[in-house]
Amino acid sequence: MALELYLDLFSQPCRSVYIFAKKNNISFDFKKLSLLDGEQYGEDFGKISLIRKAPALRDGDFCLAESIAIMLYLAEKFKTPDFWYPADLQQRARVNEYLSWQHTAIRMHGSKIFWLRLMIPKVMGVEVPEDKMNAALDDLNSSLKLVEEKFLQDRPFIAGDQISLADLVAIVEIMQPVGAGLDVFEGRPKLSAWRDRVQEAIGKELFDEAHQYILGAQESVKTMDSNKMQFFKPKILRLFM
Amino acid sequence: MMELYLDLISPPCRAVFLFAKALGIPFEFKYVDLIAGQQYSSEFGELNIVAKIPVMKDGGFTLSESTAILKYLVQKYSGSVGDHWFPAGLQQRARANEYLSWQHANLRGHCQKVFLLRTLFPVIMGFEVLEETMDAALENMKQSLNLLEEKFLQNKWFILGDKISVADVVAVVEIMQPLGTGVDGFEGRPKLIAWRGRVKEELGEELFDDAHKALMQLSSLPEKLKSSREFEKVKLSFQRFFN
Repeated sequence: MALELYLDLFSQPCRSVYIFAKKNNISFDFKKLSLLDGEQYGEDFGKISLIRKAPALRDGDFCLAESIAIMLYLAEKFKTPDFWYPADLQQRARVNEYLSWQHTAIRMHGSKIFWLRLMIPKVMGVEVPEDKMNAALDDLNSSLKLVEEKFLQDRPFIAGDQISLADLVAIVEIMQPVGAGLDVFEGRPKLSAWRDRVQEAIGKELFDEAHQYILGAQESVKTMDSNKMQFFKPKILRLFM
Repeated sequence: MMELYLDLISPPCRAVFLFAKALGIPFEFKYVDLIAGQQYSSEFGELNIVAKIPVMKDGGFTLSESTAILKYLVQKYSGSVGDHWFPAGLQQRARANEYLSWQHANLRGHCQKVFLLRTLFPVIMGFEVLEETMDAALENMKQSLNLLEEKFLQNKWFILGDKISVADVVAVVEIMQPLGTGVDGFEGRPKLIAWRGRVKEELGEELFDDAHKALMQLSSLPEKLKSSREFEKVKLSFQRFFN
Protein backbone atom coordinates (compact mmCIF):
# COMPACT_ATOMS: atom_id res chain seq x y z
CA MET A 1 0.00 0.00 0.00
CA ALA A 2 1.33 3.41 -0.95
CA LEU A 3 1.89 6.10 1.62
CA GLU A 4 -1.32 8.10 2.08
CA LEU A 5 -1.57 11.76 2.91
CA TYR A 6 -4.95 13.09 3.99
CA LEU A 7 -5.01 16.72 2.90
CA ASP A 8 -7.19 19.73 2.32
CA LEU A 9 -5.18 22.44 0.60
CA PHE A 10 -7.33 25.16 2.18
CA SER A 11 -5.40 24.31 5.33
CA GLN A 12 -1.97 25.74 5.92
CA PRO A 13 -0.34 22.68 7.49
CA CYS A 14 -1.68 20.55 4.63
CA ARG A 15 0.08 22.83 2.16
CA SER A 16 3.44 22.53 3.87
CA VAL A 17 3.21 18.72 3.90
CA TYR A 18 2.08 18.67 0.26
CA ILE A 19 4.90 20.94 -0.88
CA PHE A 20 7.49 19.03 1.14
CA ALA A 21 6.46 15.65 -0.22
CA LYS A 22 6.21 16.86 -3.82
CA LYS A 23 9.46 18.80 -3.71
CA ASN A 24 11.28 15.75 -2.46
CA ASN A 25 9.66 13.42 -4.98
CA ILE A 26 8.05 11.34 -2.27
CA SER A 27 5.26 9.37 -3.89
CA PHE A 28 1.98 9.33 -2.04
CA ASP A 29 -1.71 8.83 -2.49
CA PHE A 30 -3.45 12.19 -2.18
CA LYS A 31 -6.53 11.53 -0.07
CA LYS A 32 -8.67 14.60 -0.27
CA LEU A 33 -10.30 15.49 3.02
CA SER A 34 -12.82 18.28 2.74
CA LEU A 35 -12.71 20.09 6.08
CA LEU A 36 -15.57 22.43 5.29
CA ASP A 37 -17.73 19.38 4.58
CA GLY A 38 -16.80 17.97 7.96
CA GLU A 39 -15.15 14.86 6.54
CA GLN A 40 -12.70 14.85 9.44
CA TYR A 41 -15.58 13.83 11.70
CA GLY A 42 -16.43 10.72 9.69
CA GLU A 43 -16.03 7.22 11.08
CA ASP A 44 -13.37 6.28 8.52
CA PHE A 45 -11.15 9.21 9.26
CA GLY A 46 -11.50 8.53 12.95
CA LYS A 47 -9.55 5.34 12.36
CA ILE A 48 -6.72 7.37 10.87
CA SER A 49 -6.66 10.10 13.47
CA LEU A 50 -8.61 10.60 16.68
CA ILE A 51 -7.40 14.19 16.68
CA ARG A 52 -9.66 14.65 13.65
CA LYS A 53 -7.53 17.20 11.95
CA ALA A 54 -5.67 17.46 8.68
CA PRO A 55 -3.04 16.69 7.61
CA ALA A 56 -2.75 13.03 8.52
CA LEU A 57 -0.44 10.32 7.23
CA ARG A 58 -0.94 6.60 6.86
CA ASP A 59 2.14 4.52 6.09
CA GLY A 60 1.14 0.89 6.19
CA ASP A 61 -0.15 0.38 9.73
CA PHE A 62 1.36 3.55 11.00
CA CYS A 63 -0.89 6.60 11.27
CA LEU A 64 0.41 10.03 12.21
CA ALA A 65 -1.09 13.46 12.78
CA GLU A 66 0.49 16.93 13.09
CA SER A 67 2.19 18.44 10.02
CA ILE A 68 5.52 18.98 11.75
CA ALA A 69 5.67 15.40 12.97
CA ILE A 70 4.69 14.23 9.48
CA MET A 71 7.37 16.27 7.72
CA LEU A 72 10.05 15.19 10.19
CA TYR A 73 8.98 11.57 9.65
CA LEU A 74 9.18 11.94 5.88
CA ALA A 75 12.52 13.76 6.12
CA GLU A 76 13.99 10.91 8.14
CA LYS A 77 12.40 8.05 6.21
CA PHE A 78 13.26 9.38 2.76
CA LYS A 79 16.58 10.94 3.76
CA THR A 80 15.75 14.33 2.31
CA PRO A 81 18.59 16.87 1.86
CA ASP A 82 20.12 18.08 5.12
CA PHE A 83 19.08 21.71 4.73
CA TRP A 84 15.40 20.91 5.34
CA TYR A 85 16.18 19.88 8.93
CA PRO A 86 19.91 20.35 9.50
CA ALA A 87 21.78 17.80 11.56
CA ASP A 88 23.94 20.59 13.01
CA LEU A 89 23.01 21.19 16.67
CA GLN A 90 22.53 24.94 16.52
CA GLN A 91 20.92 25.11 13.09
CA ARG A 92 18.47 22.38 14.02
CA ALA A 93 17.69 24.28 17.20
CA ARG A 94 16.85 27.41 15.18
CA VAL A 95 14.44 25.42 13.04
CA ASN A 96 12.87 23.80 16.13
CA GLU A 97 12.57 27.19 17.79
CA TYR A 98 10.55 28.60 14.89
CA LEU A 99 8.43 25.47 14.49
CA SER A 100 7.52 25.68 18.18
CA TRP A 101 6.86 29.44 18.41
CA GLN A 102 4.65 29.60 15.34
CA HIS A 103 1.82 27.37 16.69
CA THR A 104 0.38 30.01 18.99
CA ALA A 105 1.67 33.01 17.11
CA ILE A 106 1.65 33.44 13.34
CA ARG A 107 -0.43 30.29 12.79
CA MET A 108 -3.12 31.36 15.18
CA HIS A 109 -3.15 34.98 14.06
CA GLY A 110 -3.14 34.27 10.33
CA SER A 111 -5.96 31.74 10.73
CA LYS A 112 -8.02 34.19 12.73
CA ILE A 113 -7.73 36.88 10.07
CA PHE A 114 -8.82 34.39 7.42
CA TRP A 115 -11.96 33.52 9.38
CA LEU A 116 -12.78 37.04 10.56
CA ARG A 117 -12.22 38.67 7.17
CA LEU A 118 -13.69 36.06 4.89
CA MET A 119 -15.42 32.97 6.23
CA ILE A 120 -17.42 34.42 9.10
CA PRO A 121 -18.88 37.44 7.30
CA LYS A 122 -19.11 36.05 3.76
CA VAL A 123 -20.10 32.43 4.35
CA MET A 124 -21.66 32.44 7.81
CA GLY A 125 -23.25 35.83 7.31
CA VAL A 126 -22.18 37.04 10.74
CA GLU A 127 -20.88 40.57 11.10
CA VAL A 128 -17.48 40.93 12.72
CA PRO A 129 -17.21 43.83 15.19
CA GLU A 130 -14.54 46.35 14.24
CA ASP A 131 -12.70 46.08 17.53
CA LYS A 132 -12.34 42.32 17.10
CA MET A 133 -10.94 42.79 13.62
CA ASN A 134 -8.53 45.47 14.76
CA ALA A 135 -7.27 43.37 17.66
CA ALA A 136 -6.72 40.46 15.29
CA LEU A 137 -4.84 42.68 12.84
CA ASP A 138 -2.67 43.99 15.68
CA ASP A 139 -1.81 40.44 16.67
CA LEU A 140 -0.96 39.46 13.10
CA ASN A 141 1.21 42.54 12.68
CA SER A 142 3.08 41.74 15.90
CA SER A 143 3.74 38.21 14.72
CA LEU A 144 4.92 39.35 11.31
CA LYS A 145 7.24 41.84 12.99
CA LEU A 146 8.73 39.02 15.04
CA VAL A 147 9.21 36.87 11.94
CA GLU A 148 11.27 39.68 10.46
CA GLU A 149 13.10 40.87 13.57
CA LYS A 150 13.72 37.70 15.51
CA PHE A 151 13.54 34.78 13.14
CA LEU A 152 14.87 36.23 9.89
CA GLN A 153 17.00 39.20 10.96
CA ASP A 154 19.66 39.61 8.25
CA ARG A 155 19.62 36.02 7.10
CA PRO A 156 18.27 34.90 3.75
CA PHE A 157 16.28 32.14 5.44
CA ILE A 158 15.29 31.41 9.04
CA ALA A 159 18.10 28.92 9.74
CA GLY A 160 20.70 30.63 7.58
CA ASP A 161 21.68 30.41 3.95
CA GLN A 162 19.28 27.74 2.86
CA ILE A 163 15.57 27.04 3.07
CA SER A 164 14.39 24.73 5.85
CA LEU A 165 11.12 23.38 7.25
CA ALA A 166 10.89 26.61 9.25
CA ASP A 167 10.54 28.73 6.10
CA LEU A 168 8.08 26.28 4.56
CA VAL A 169 5.87 26.27 7.64
CA ALA A 170 6.14 30.06 7.85
CA ILE A 171 5.21 30.80 4.26
CA VAL A 172 2.07 28.66 4.16
CA GLU A 173 0.77 30.37 7.30
CA ILE A 174 1.55 33.85 6.01
CA MET A 175 -0.29 33.07 2.78
CA GLN A 176 -3.53 32.37 4.64
CA PRO A 177 -4.50 35.99 5.31
CA VAL A 178 -3.44 36.76 1.72
CA GLY A 179 -6.20 34.36 0.68
CA ALA A 180 -8.63 36.54 2.59
CA GLY A 181 -7.54 39.58 0.59
CA LEU A 182 -5.04 41.03 3.04
CA ASP A 183 -1.70 41.74 1.38
CA VAL A 184 0.64 41.21 4.28
CA PHE A 185 3.68 41.71 2.07
CA GLU A 186 2.83 45.28 1.22
CA GLY A 187 5.11 47.66 3.06
CA ARG A 188 7.31 44.78 4.16
CA PRO A 189 10.22 44.62 1.73
CA LYS A 190 12.26 42.22 3.88
CA LEU A 191 9.39 39.77 4.12
CA SER A 192 8.66 40.13 0.39
CA ALA A 193 12.27 39.41 -0.50
CA TRP A 194 12.21 36.35 1.75
CA ARG A 195 8.97 35.17 0.18
CA ASP A 196 10.58 35.42 -3.27
CA ARG A 197 13.55 33.37 -2.13
CA VAL A 198 11.28 30.74 -0.58
CA GLN A 199 9.17 30.53 -3.72
CA GLU A 200 12.28 30.11 -5.83
CA ALA A 201 13.70 27.42 -3.55
CA ILE A 202 10.38 25.50 -3.63
CA GLY A 203 9.77 26.19 -7.30
CA LYS A 204 7.11 28.67 -8.39
CA GLU A 205 4.99 26.04 -10.14
CA LEU A 206 4.71 23.84 -7.07
CA PHE A 207 4.14 26.85 -4.82
CA ASP A 208 1.35 28.18 -7.03
CA GLU A 209 -0.21 24.74 -7.38
CA ALA A 210 -0.37 24.31 -3.61
CA HIS A 211 -1.83 27.79 -3.12
CA GLN A 212 -4.38 27.92 -5.92
CA TYR A 213 -7.35 27.05 -3.64
CA ILE A 214 -6.55 29.46 -0.86
CA LEU A 215 -5.81 32.24 -3.33
CA GLY A 216 -9.13 31.56 -5.01
CA ALA A 217 -10.98 31.64 -1.68
CA GLN A 218 -12.52 35.07 -2.14
CA GLU A 219 -14.14 33.82 -5.33
CA SER A 220 -15.17 30.40 -4.07
CA VAL A 221 -16.91 31.76 -0.98
CA LYS A 222 -19.42 33.44 -3.28
CA THR A 223 -20.80 30.03 -4.22
CA MET A 224 -20.18 28.31 -0.89
CA ASP A 225 -23.24 26.84 0.75
CA SER A 226 -23.67 28.56 4.10
CA ASN A 227 -25.67 25.59 5.34
CA LYS A 228 -22.49 23.54 5.34
CA MET A 229 -21.10 25.76 8.00
CA GLN A 230 -24.04 25.43 10.40
CA PHE A 231 -22.39 22.49 12.09
CA PHE A 232 -19.23 24.47 12.76
CA LYS A 233 -20.80 27.83 13.41
CA PRO A 234 -21.02 27.70 17.23
CA LYS A 235 -17.51 26.29 17.52
CA ILE A 236 -16.00 28.83 15.11
CA LEU A 237 -17.77 31.77 16.71
CA ARG A 238 -16.59 30.68 20.17
CA LEU A 239 -13.08 30.25 18.89
CA PHE A 240 -12.68 33.50 16.99
CA MET A 241 -15.26 35.87 18.34
CA MET B 1 28.19 27.16 32.29
CA MET B 2 24.90 26.92 30.46
CA GLU B 3 22.29 29.36 31.72
CA LEU B 4 18.57 28.66 31.93
CA TYR B 5 16.31 31.68 32.32
CA LEU B 6 13.29 30.40 34.25
CA ASP B 7 10.33 31.12 36.44
CA LEU B 8 8.93 27.89 37.87
CA ILE B 9 5.45 29.32 37.84
CA SER B 10 5.57 28.66 34.08
CA PRO B 11 4.91 25.09 32.88
CA PRO B 12 7.41 25.09 29.99
CA CYS B 13 10.05 26.38 32.43
CA ARG B 14 9.25 23.50 34.75
CA ALA B 15 9.56 21.00 31.91
CA VAL B 16 13.06 22.21 31.03
CA PHE B 17 14.04 22.48 34.72
CA LEU B 18 12.82 18.97 35.54
CA PHE B 19 14.53 17.42 32.54
CA ALA B 20 17.88 19.13 33.10
CA LYS B 21 17.86 18.34 36.84
CA ALA B 22 16.72 14.75 36.42
CA LEU B 23 19.42 14.11 33.83
CA GLY B 24 22.11 15.86 35.84
CA ILE B 25 22.77 18.46 33.15
CA PRO B 26 24.67 21.32 34.79
CA PHE B 27 23.17 24.78 34.50
CA GLU B 28 22.92 28.12 36.22
CA PHE B 29 19.35 29.02 37.24
CA LYS B 30 18.62 32.60 36.22
CA TYR B 31 15.35 33.73 37.73
CA VAL B 32 13.07 35.88 35.56
CA ASP B 33 10.06 37.01 37.60
CA LEU B 34 7.13 36.84 35.19
CA ILE B 35 4.52 38.46 37.40
CA ALA B 36 6.88 41.33 38.12
CA GLY B 37 7.34 41.68 34.36
CA GLN B 38 11.10 41.11 34.27
CA GLN B 39 10.72 39.57 30.82
CA TYR B 40 10.01 43.09 29.56
CA SER B 41 13.30 44.58 30.74
CA SER B 42 15.66 45.80 28.04
CA GLU B 43 18.25 43.42 29.47
CA PHE B 44 16.06 40.41 28.90
CA GLY B 45 15.03 41.80 25.53
CA GLU B 46 18.58 41.25 24.36
CA LEU B 47 18.19 37.57 25.13
CA ASN B 48 14.76 37.20 23.60
CA ILE B 49 12.68 39.97 22.07
CA VAL B 50 9.64 37.71 22.30
CA ALA B 51 9.75 38.40 26.07
CA LYS B 52 9.03 34.82 27.03
CA ILE B 53 10.75 32.11 29.00
CA PRO B 54 12.30 29.61 29.17
CA VAL B 55 15.45 30.79 27.42
CA MET B 56 18.71 28.87 27.28
CA LYS B 57 22.13 30.46 26.84
CA ASP B 58 24.88 28.00 25.99
CA GLY B 59 28.09 29.93 25.44
CA GLY B 60 27.31 32.36 22.64
CA PHE B 61 24.18 30.48 21.58
CA THR B 62 20.80 31.65 22.83
CA LEU B 63 17.63 29.61 22.33
CA SER B 64 13.98 30.07 23.26
CA GLU B 65 10.99 27.68 23.20
CA SER B 66 10.95 24.82 25.70
CA THR B 67 10.51 22.04 23.14
CA ALA B 68 13.46 23.38 21.12
CA ILE B 69 15.56 23.59 24.29
CA LEU B 70 14.63 20.04 25.30
CA LYS B 71 15.54 18.70 21.86
CA TYR B 72 18.81 20.67 21.97
CA LEU B 73 19.72 19.18 25.35
CA VAL B 74 18.89 15.66 24.17
CA GLN B 75 21.05 16.11 21.08
CA LYS B 76 23.94 17.82 22.87
CA TYR B 77 24.04 15.30 25.70
CA SER B 78 23.23 12.28 23.54
CA GLY B 79 26.08 10.39 25.14
CA SER B 80 24.46 10.44 28.55
CA VAL B 81 20.75 10.91 27.87
CA GLY B 82 18.99 7.56 27.44
CA ASP B 83 17.39 6.99 24.06
CA HIS B 84 13.91 6.62 25.53
CA TRP B 85 13.76 10.34 26.36
CA PHE B 86 13.49 11.17 22.65
CA PRO B 87 13.86 7.90 20.74
CA ALA B 88 15.85 7.75 17.55
CA GLY B 89 13.58 5.08 16.06
CA LEU B 90 11.49 6.45 13.18
CA GLN B 91 8.01 5.72 14.50
CA GLN B 92 8.76 6.40 18.15
CA ARG B 93 10.37 9.71 17.26
CA ALA B 94 7.31 10.58 15.18
CA ARG B 95 5.01 9.85 18.12
CA ALA B 96 7.10 12.13 20.34
CA ASN B 97 6.99 14.91 17.73
CA GLU B 98 3.27 14.40 17.27
CA TYR B 99 2.62 15.00 20.97
CA LEU B 100 5.04 17.92 21.27
CA SER B 101 3.39 19.60 18.28
CA TRP B 102 -0.24 18.95 19.25
CA GLN B 103 0.09 20.12 22.84
CA HIS B 104 0.87 23.79 22.11
CA ALA B 105 -2.59 24.81 21.00
CA ASN B 106 -4.40 22.05 22.85
CA LEU B 107 -3.51 20.77 26.30
CA ARG B 108 -1.11 23.64 26.98
CA GLY B 109 -3.38 26.32 25.58
CA HIS B 110 -6.45 25.15 27.45
CA CYS B 111 -4.81 24.50 30.83
CA GLN B 112 -3.09 27.87 30.58
CA LYS B 113 -6.37 29.62 29.87
CA VAL B 114 -8.08 28.00 32.85
CA PHE B 115 -5.17 28.97 35.08
CA LEU B 116 -5.13 32.59 33.92
CA LEU B 117 -8.91 32.93 34.13
CA ARG B 118 -8.83 31.62 37.69
CA THR B 119 -5.88 33.67 38.94
CA LEU B 120 -5.21 36.87 37.06
CA PHE B 121 -8.19 37.68 34.83
CA PRO B 122 -10.06 39.90 37.29
CA VAL B 123 -7.02 42.02 38.21
CA ILE B 124 -5.97 42.36 34.57
CA MET B 125 -9.31 42.97 32.92
CA GLY B 126 -10.95 44.76 35.83
CA PHE B 127 -14.02 42.55 35.96
CA GLU B 128 -14.96 39.01 36.89
CA VAL B 129 -14.85 36.15 34.40
CA LEU B 130 -18.19 35.43 32.80
CA GLU B 131 -19.52 32.03 33.77
CA GLU B 132 -19.88 31.00 30.12
CA THR B 133 -16.24 31.90 29.47
CA MET B 134 -15.08 29.81 32.40
CA ASP B 135 -17.32 26.92 31.38
CA ALA B 136 -16.03 27.00 27.80
CA ALA B 137 -12.42 27.00 29.04
CA LEU B 138 -13.08 24.08 31.36
CA GLU B 139 -14.80 22.15 28.59
CA ASN B 140 -11.83 22.68 26.23
CA MET B 141 -9.45 21.51 28.95
CA LYS B 142 -11.62 18.44 29.46
CA GLN B 143 -11.57 17.61 25.73
CA SER B 144 -7.79 17.88 25.66
CA LEU B 145 -7.48 15.61 28.70
CA ASN B 146 -9.79 13.13 26.98
CA LEU B 147 -7.52 13.09 23.94
CA LEU B 148 -4.45 12.72 26.14
CA GLU B 149 -5.98 9.62 27.66
CA GLU B 150 -7.63 8.12 24.58
CA LYS B 151 -5.13 8.90 21.86
CA PHE B 152 -1.76 9.65 23.40
CA LEU B 153 -1.61 7.48 26.50
CA GLN B 154 -4.15 4.73 25.79
CA ASN B 155 -3.17 1.71 27.88
CA LYS B 156 0.54 2.43 27.89
CA TRP B 157 2.63 3.32 30.87
CA PHE B 158 3.91 6.47 29.22
CA ILE B 159 3.02 8.35 26.04
CA LEU B 160 5.63 6.53 23.95
CA GLY B 161 5.26 3.14 25.61
CA ASP B 162 7.10 1.51 28.45
CA LYS B 163 9.47 4.32 29.23
CA ILE B 164 9.23 8.00 30.08
CA SER B 165 10.08 10.57 27.42
CA VAL B 166 10.11 14.36 27.07
CA ALA B 167 6.47 14.11 25.94
CA ASP B 168 5.38 13.00 29.42
CA VAL B 169 7.32 15.79 31.12
CA VAL B 170 5.87 18.43 28.80
CA ALA B 171 2.38 17.04 29.38
CA VAL B 172 2.36 16.65 33.13
CA VAL B 173 3.53 20.19 33.96
CA GLU B 174 0.61 21.64 32.01
CA ILE B 175 -2.03 19.64 33.87
CA MET B 176 -0.43 20.64 37.17
CA GLN B 177 -0.87 24.32 36.37
CA PRO B 178 -4.55 24.87 37.23
CA LEU B 179 -4.31 22.54 40.24
CA GLY B 180 -3.26 25.36 42.52
CA THR B 181 -6.42 27.25 41.53
CA GLY B 182 -8.67 24.42 42.56
CA VAL B 183 -9.12 22.86 39.12
CA ASP B 184 -7.87 19.30 39.35
CA GLY B 185 -7.47 17.88 35.86
CA PHE B 186 -6.57 14.51 37.35
CA GLU B 187 -9.78 14.16 39.32
CA GLY B 188 -11.93 11.31 38.14
CA ARG B 189 -9.15 10.10 35.85
CA PRO B 190 -7.41 7.17 37.55
CA LYS B 191 -5.38 6.46 34.43
CA LEU B 192 -3.86 9.95 34.52
CA ILE B 193 -3.29 9.77 38.26
CA ALA B 194 -1.38 6.51 37.83
CA TRP B 195 0.60 8.02 34.93
CA ARG B 196 1.49 11.09 36.97
CA GLY B 197 2.72 8.79 39.74
CA ARG B 198 4.99 7.00 37.31
CA VAL B 199 6.30 10.28 35.85
CA LYS B 200 7.02 11.59 39.35
CA GLU B 201 8.87 8.42 40.22
CA GLU B 202 11.05 8.58 37.09
CA LEU B 203 11.90 12.24 37.60
CA GLY B 204 12.25 12.04 41.36
CA GLU B 205 9.38 12.83 43.73
CA GLU B 206 11.27 15.46 45.68
CA LEU B 207 12.42 17.21 42.51
CA PHE B 208 8.91 17.17 41.08
CA ASP B 209 7.36 18.59 44.25
CA ASP B 210 10.06 21.26 44.55
CA ALA B 211 9.50 22.38 40.97
CA HIS B 212 5.78 22.77 41.65
CA LYS B 213 6.07 24.67 44.94
CA ALA B 214 5.61 28.06 43.24
CA LEU B 215 2.17 26.92 42.07
CA MET B 216 1.00 26.41 45.61
CA GLN B 217 1.43 30.06 46.58
CA LEU B 218 -0.95 31.73 44.18
CA SER B 219 -3.07 33.88 46.47
CA SER B 220 -0.46 36.65 46.45
CA LEU B 221 -0.27 36.76 42.64
CA PRO B 222 -2.98 39.33 41.88
CA GLU B 223 -1.59 41.84 44.37
CA LYS B 224 1.94 41.28 43.14
CA LEU B 225 0.85 41.83 39.57
CA LYS B 226 -1.11 44.99 40.39
CA SER B 227 1.92 46.56 42.02
CA SER B 228 4.29 45.55 39.23
CA ARG B 229 6.04 48.30 37.31
CA GLU B 230 5.34 46.43 34.11
CA PHE B 231 1.66 45.91 34.81
CA GLU B 232 0.58 47.57 31.57
CA LYS B 233 2.82 45.35 29.47
CA VAL B 234 1.70 42.19 31.24
CA LYS B 235 -1.88 43.38 30.86
CA LEU B 236 -1.46 43.89 27.11
CA SER B 237 0.07 40.48 26.67
CA PHE B 238 -2.71 38.75 28.64
CA GLN B 239 -5.43 40.72 26.86
CA ARG B 240 -4.05 39.42 23.59
CA PHE B 241 -4.22 35.91 24.99
CA PHE B 242 -7.82 36.35 26.08
CA ASN B 243 -8.67 37.76 22.64
